[in-house]
Amino acid sequence: MDFILGRLSFDSLPKELITQGGAISIVIGGILVVAALIYFKKVGWLWKNWFTTLDAKKIGIMYIAIAVLMLARGAADALMIRAQQALASGDAHGIVSSDTFQQVVSAHGTIMIFFVAMGLMFGLINLVLPLMIGARDVAFPFLNSVSFWLFAAGMILINVSLIVGGFSPGGWLGYPPLTELAYSPGPGVDYWIWALQIAGIGSLLSGINFLVTILKKRAPGMALMKMPIFAWSVLVTTILIIFAFPILTATLGMLGLDRLMGMHFFTATQGGNPMLYINLIWAWGHPEVYILVLPAFGIFSEVVATFSQKRLFGYKTMVGALFAIMILSFIVWLHHFFTMGAGADVNAFFGIMTMVIAIPTGVKVFNWLFTMFGGRIRFKTPMLWFMCFVVTFTLGGLSGVLMAVPAIDFQVHNSLFLVAHFHNVIIGGALFGYFAGLMYWFPKIFGFTLNERIGKYATYCWLVGFLVAFLPLYALGLMGATRRLDHYDGPGWQMLFVIAGCGVLIICLGAALMVLQLIVSIWQRKKNIAGSDPWNGRTLEWSVPSPAPFYNFAITPTVTDRDNFWVEKQAALKHKSTAKLQYEAITLPKNSGVGVIIAAFAFMIGFGLIWHMWWLVVVGFVGVIVSVILRVSNDETEYMITAKHMEQYDKLYKLQEPTV
Amino acid sequence: MSHHLAPAVETEAEIKEQLDTKSLGFWIYLMTDCVLFGALFATYIVLHTSTFGGATSHDLFNMPFVLLETMVLLVSTFVCGMAILAAHAGRKQLTLILLGATFLLGATFLGLELSEFSKLASEGHGWWASGFLSAFFTLVGTHGLHIAVGLLWIGVMSWQLYKRGFTPGVTRRLILFSLFWHFLDVVWIFIFTIVYLIGVA
Repeated sequence: MDFILGRLSFDSLPKELITQGGAISIVIGGILVVAALIYFKKVGWLWKNWFTTLDAKKIGIMYIAIAVLMLARGAADALMIRAQQALASGDAHGIVSSDTFQQVVSAHGTIMIFFVAMGLMFGLINLVLPLMIGARDVAFPFLNSVSFWLFAAGMILINVSLIVGGFSPGGWLGYPPLTELAYSPGPGVDYWIWALQIAGIGSLLSGINFLVTILKKRAPGMALMKMPIFAWSVLVTTILIIFAFPILTATLGMLGLDRLMGMHFFTATQGGNPMLYINLIWAWGHPEVYILVLPAFGIFSEVVATFSQKRLFGYKTMVGALFAIMILSFIVWLHHFFTMGAGADVNAFFGIMTMVIAIPTGVKVFNWLFTMFGGRIRFKTPMLWFMCFVVTFTLGGLSGVLMAVPAIDFQVHNSLFLVAHFHNVIIGGALFGYFAGLMYWFPKIFGFTLNERIGKYATYCWLVGFLVAFLPLYALGLMGATRRLDHYDGPGWQMLFVIAGCGVLIICLGAALMVLQLIVSIWQRKKNIAGSDPWNGRTLEWSVPSPAPFYNFAITPTVTDRDNFWVEKQAALKHKSTAKLQYEAITLPKNSGVGVIIAAFAFMIGFGLIWHMWWLVVVGFVGVIVSVILRVSNDETEYMITAKHMEQYDKLYKLQEPTV
Repeated sequence: MSHHLAPAVETEAEIKEQLDTKSLGFWIYLMTDCVLFGALFATYIVLHTSTFGGATSHDLFNMPFVLLETMVLLVSTFVCGMAILAAHAGRKQLTLILLGATFLLGATFLGLELSEFSKLASEGHGWWASGFLSAFFTLVGTHGLHIAVGLLWIGVMSWQLYKRGFTPGVTRRLILFSLFWHFLDVVWIFIFTIVYLIGVA
């Protein structure tokens, strides 16, 4: 039995009421979804149209679906953290035990970063990047599917820990020696390692894929300096991914070897060096922060120019700033642990480099503001998100510069001040950007616009809720409240924790309004048909019908100018083009289920390693290898649409489209 | 959609574009692998002296043996280069023979490495003994794992070449494999220098 089940047993099931509730809701939810799919006979449809698709737009939608689901999970964790800290003062002990509380905090951080922020980022990139650069697809469509499914497998694996085994108590970055076998013998840390390892390899492959897509798949005439800034931001992000994620792979691998094979990389004894882990993980972790935020900067660059109806101010400096941030982001990692004791010289270097990052970031903020200056601004929801972002992100940036001073950092290290700071830049920076992007590109993907009014209410709730939730944390941090605090005795703190809790409730209201917005918009979709160009856009994605056809462009566009679509629109106002459309035959990749299968085997490897079911690990490895070999041995992976059929398709899509 | 399906026919230009795109993608993959090895090298350098009172690199390494390993790997890369030349000349049988030779030399290298590992482990200097040995086994072992993947690749590719001849797909994978094999050679040179040469110096 031990051979089959490893260390898995009934003891692995959750024991506390709250975790049992979580486990039961996940199991029942899963059963209901599967039952509904079978009842409505949608399993085949799901497999054929979604699971096996190699269309980047559909893969993007699936990424976003997972990210939204995980946002709900992460938000539930956030509510528990806030409830615990609002209650557990003095004699009261809150809603969960301290061990469970550490698991909840780890789960919140891990899920929000790896499965919400990364999911929204890759989702949006998949949705619009190929359209934006005039490409039919990404460079490696099959690899894209593998990446997505590895991400999905990681997501499932980390959520299985809620049902059997429990979450890692080691924080979102799993610092040793706490996460070593000696101090965390349970499977929680192993779940954390292998789920992130699988999802991380998916992200790495995505990084390679999109870099090659940008370098090789741009429309004829689109020189690099004619690319939209969003494409530039993705280019820089992918370079960061390529240089940062292998470090994560190596570091998680070494921690895994410590735990599985009794090695001594990061143990407290036998020559292990825990600080080595902390250096390595932040050598990945700091670039990761920019991996999350740079695409959001790119989104805002598009949004601000479009809604100001003006060319982006300072295009070249925007590109320069992106590259400056890219390089600087690799030489600041030590500011996450000034307290390591590296000495004054080292701390000073990293402190100054950290402050220097504020310069290119400031350049970007001013460029956006100058773009608005003198423009005819329309305050649609995406633009509103930008206005909120400028306030919250600048605030977060300022508190970051403050902490870049090592002497100050010694005071606020690992306090709630830091927690407030990074939420300020990740929610107020990255997440607001993704929300703006979702509102902005939604019509391109689904063909109708989202309800503006509810959208604006949601935005206001997020802004107000965010400020109410996190400004108190700055104060608490300065008063000495540390992070991951499950209980405290300072009675002066409780009021601020309660206020912070109210802020989270306001954010939840905002999230609920977003759900309502989606429902109302779907309800009224016939009334709000978008047309190809609902925002009077500037970039190529607005030149194709909405929803964008599966082949993206019927005729590959030729680019002559930076805001090519805008320039063409201006020219068309003067004289109508009478040239006959020249259709060509195109090739597209056939659907493939191999991506799903590879990810399923990867899941088996992960699950086997966590529970020491060695036979399952072997099955998983053999499965991955055989699947890859079968895939590369198949040379017929594409199909062709003839020129005549392209013409028919194009007419069909344009017929569906109302002329606005 | 299905009634519009037609088999895709690749033109010369498309084949070249495919090769260009895939080569670029593969080069970038190699760069990521480079960073991965970089992280492992950094770890090894940091933990090199963390022997916890146990054996040091000075006590353990047998240089003539390592030189033999190195020569076997270098010759295998040379033979691999010959295989690519034979492929460019369109000589299928010669290519297959040279790929077979590459495989044998690679397998010999892997065998030598495993025998070194088992000797160390049986003498009590296994990966569990100290931070230094953990880093050593992981760095060198990761290289060995890559060699094993390369051997599998040679096997699959030779079978494809034997069955199908020089199709665009097979030729492309042959070129990419040669990049991979050369890359592993370069990594080994760094291992030879940083782990072994500096280790016994």
